[in-house]
Amino acid sequence: MSIYINKETKVLVQGITGATALFHTKEMLEYGTKIVAGVTPGRGGETAEGVPVFNTVVDAVEETGASVSVIYVPAPFAADAIMEAVDAELDMVICITEHIPILDMVKVKRYMEGKKTRLVGPNCPGVITADECKIGIMPGYIHTKGHVGVVSRSGTLTYEATHQLSKAGIGQTTAVGIGGDPVNGTSFIDVLKEFNEDPETYAVVMIGEIGGTAEEEAAEWITEHMTKPVVGFIGGQTAPEGKRMGHAGAIISGGKGSAADKIKALNAAGVETAETPSVIGETFIKVVKEKGLYEKVKTH
Amino acid sequence: MNIHEYQGKQILRDYGVAVSNGIVAFSPEEAVRAAKQLTTDVIVVKAQIHAGGRGKAGGVKIAKTLDEVRAYAKELLGEILVTEQTGPEGKEVKRLLIEEGSNIEKEYYIGYVLDPTSERVVLMGSEEGGVDIEAVAAETPEKIFKEVIDPVVGLTGFQARRIAFNINIPKHLVNKAVNFMLGLYKVFIEKDASTVEINPLVVTAEEDILALDAKFNFDESALYRHKDIVELRDYDEEDPKEIEASKYDLSYIALDGNIGCMVNGAGLAMATMDTIHYYGGTPANFLDVGGGATAEKVTEAFKIILSDEAVKGIFVNIFGGIMKCDVIAEGVITAAKEVGLEVPLVVRLEGTNVRKGKALLNESGLDIIAADSMADGAQKIVERVG
Repeated sequence: MSIYINKETKVLVQGITGATALFHTKEMLEYGTKIVAGVTPGRGGETAEGVPVFNTVVDAVEETGASVSVIYVPAPFAADAIMEAVDAELDMVICITEHIPILDMVKVKRYMEGKKTRLVGPNCPGVITADECKIGIMPGYIHTKGHVGVVSRSGTLTYEATHQLSKAGIGQTTAVGIGGDPVNGTSFIDVLKEFNEDPETYAVVMIGEIGGTAEEEAAEWITEHMTKPVVGFIGGQTAPEGKRMGHAGAIISGGKGSAADKIKALNAAGVETAETPSVIGETFIKVVKEKGLYEKVKTH
Repeated sequence: MNIHEYQGKQILRDYGVAVSNGIVAFSPEEAVRAAKQLTTDVIVVKAQIHAGGRGKAGGVKIAKTLDEVRAYAKELLGEILVTEQTGPEGKEVKRLLIEEGSNIEKEYYIGYVLDPTSERVVLMGSEEGGVDIEAVAAETPEKIFKEVIDPVVGLTGFQARRIAFNINIPKHLVNKAVNFMLGLYKVFIEKDASTVEINPLVVTAEEDILALDAKFNFDESALYRHKDIVELRDYDEEDPKEIEASKYDLSYIALDGNIGCMVNGAGLAMATMDTIHYYGGTPANFLDVGGGATAEKVTEAFKIILSDEAVKGIFVNIFGGIMKCDVIAEGVITAAKEVGLEVPLVVRLEGTNVRKGKALLNESGLDIIAADSMADGAQKIVERVG
């Protein structure tokens, strides 16, 4: 078991003919992801990496039965691409594109109200269920199959944490990068809920960063609902106030959104936090040993 | 991206939003010439820097004669103004706004901001204008009123009216206040702002409602569709390394330390700073080379780091996903050869195309210290920088 995606998931790549999309389509196919279609307006009828290309998402879905799309479309056109996927009633849209204007995303979220599609991202690395399905840009080789769920606002820190787990012999169910933008599709809480209900996931690693209040909200939810151990890390502990640290959402302003506040909230919810990013794996092992779960999560 | 008050007010004027008359001046002579064109007895001379708290720091002067305008302009131009927002080093005043004085009856606060919780634009208003609004929010949150705006419908008349009544705008001026708020919302949306603050919004003895200050912040991701806003960028207000970085779409922030950092991904870049601190070092910068970086961009990033004289060592920490390790390696090698590398360089590579990247570095003949994890790399660079 896993969350969101598995080896049966039929995937559609929006913007498939771009250089980045082509590279990652190849990587995803090599990983074993079932990519059934691509979409690039005006390029319908061609193939890319052996995958049939369509002009519209609706055409691609009707022909191939794709249920999840991944978006590599450039930022000025990405909001439209998300809405096209929502209109085609896909189960899930994973948007990799970064630097989408914030007001475009405000409109997208309004458009999505009452519709069935789940959006992950934008500005995220994607979702991967180890050994089954990789959708996004993460390097596949660092993931191993097992029982730990990973959720993170940062792409590269997700890799860092997953790599540490795999090196320590601890496999994962699914890793979800929710992205670093202030207006995004899927929250920590959405993913924690799924992990909490997934029988194969025994524990969770959650990686946050400065800015906003997503980690504090997650901490509240964990206190009330989470039945599985969660280990955390917050990036940006030494970031100065008032400087936007790369991600549109990562800024400490008016004294709010600091790493210290987030760590405090998580600790109060029973989430142990790693002191540095290099000891996320170690901290996780310590916690699962305390909970008597180590033997169950140790996979190799 | 930030702009100056006078630029913000010009945008408001273009949209028919009420502001006092004023003219920018770069010299005392221009200041006097500007003052002659204005009609009020009292003239306000305002320092233009990208930081708030100017009034308290002595950056706003009231002049009653042209001689006073000249004297204040002379005094302010070239002065290093230290406000609560500039940091102790302050900012040099290079531009002035020469503005008509207003007979202020009462000051209010009006602002638009993107609220991540509702994922909507929110209109905020308060009767407590002219003071630090964050302090008002912290101490007397009941004095701040909010309206969440539907992006399809936009700000509605009733929402603007509700704010006007809640913040006790005099009844007969409510319509003027509503028009002000509707106009300001139009500016916010059409220019892709991320925050606009009017603090204070004033009611004058002549029963006008106008913006006495205007603070804009624009969404960097939307600048591609606002060439007019990009032209307002004042390079004097930004770190030259940050300007250079922005030309190449690199996310760079100058910091006080001596270890140059080059990292992919904002989260990992922050975590790298944290790790350097943890081992007793201090980072010279935050630098996220981003996802789609080319070898050329990486080369430029490396040059920007090396242009900082404080840098005594460099730590490259890459976990390739969309970014390929071989591209990073190529960029690092080119830059090191072009600029000449005189400080220790620690490189940690992991992720997409890691083998290709490591091979390129090994064959380059450069003196590179390899690290096999972020902690290992941070320790190695801190040891060498001392």
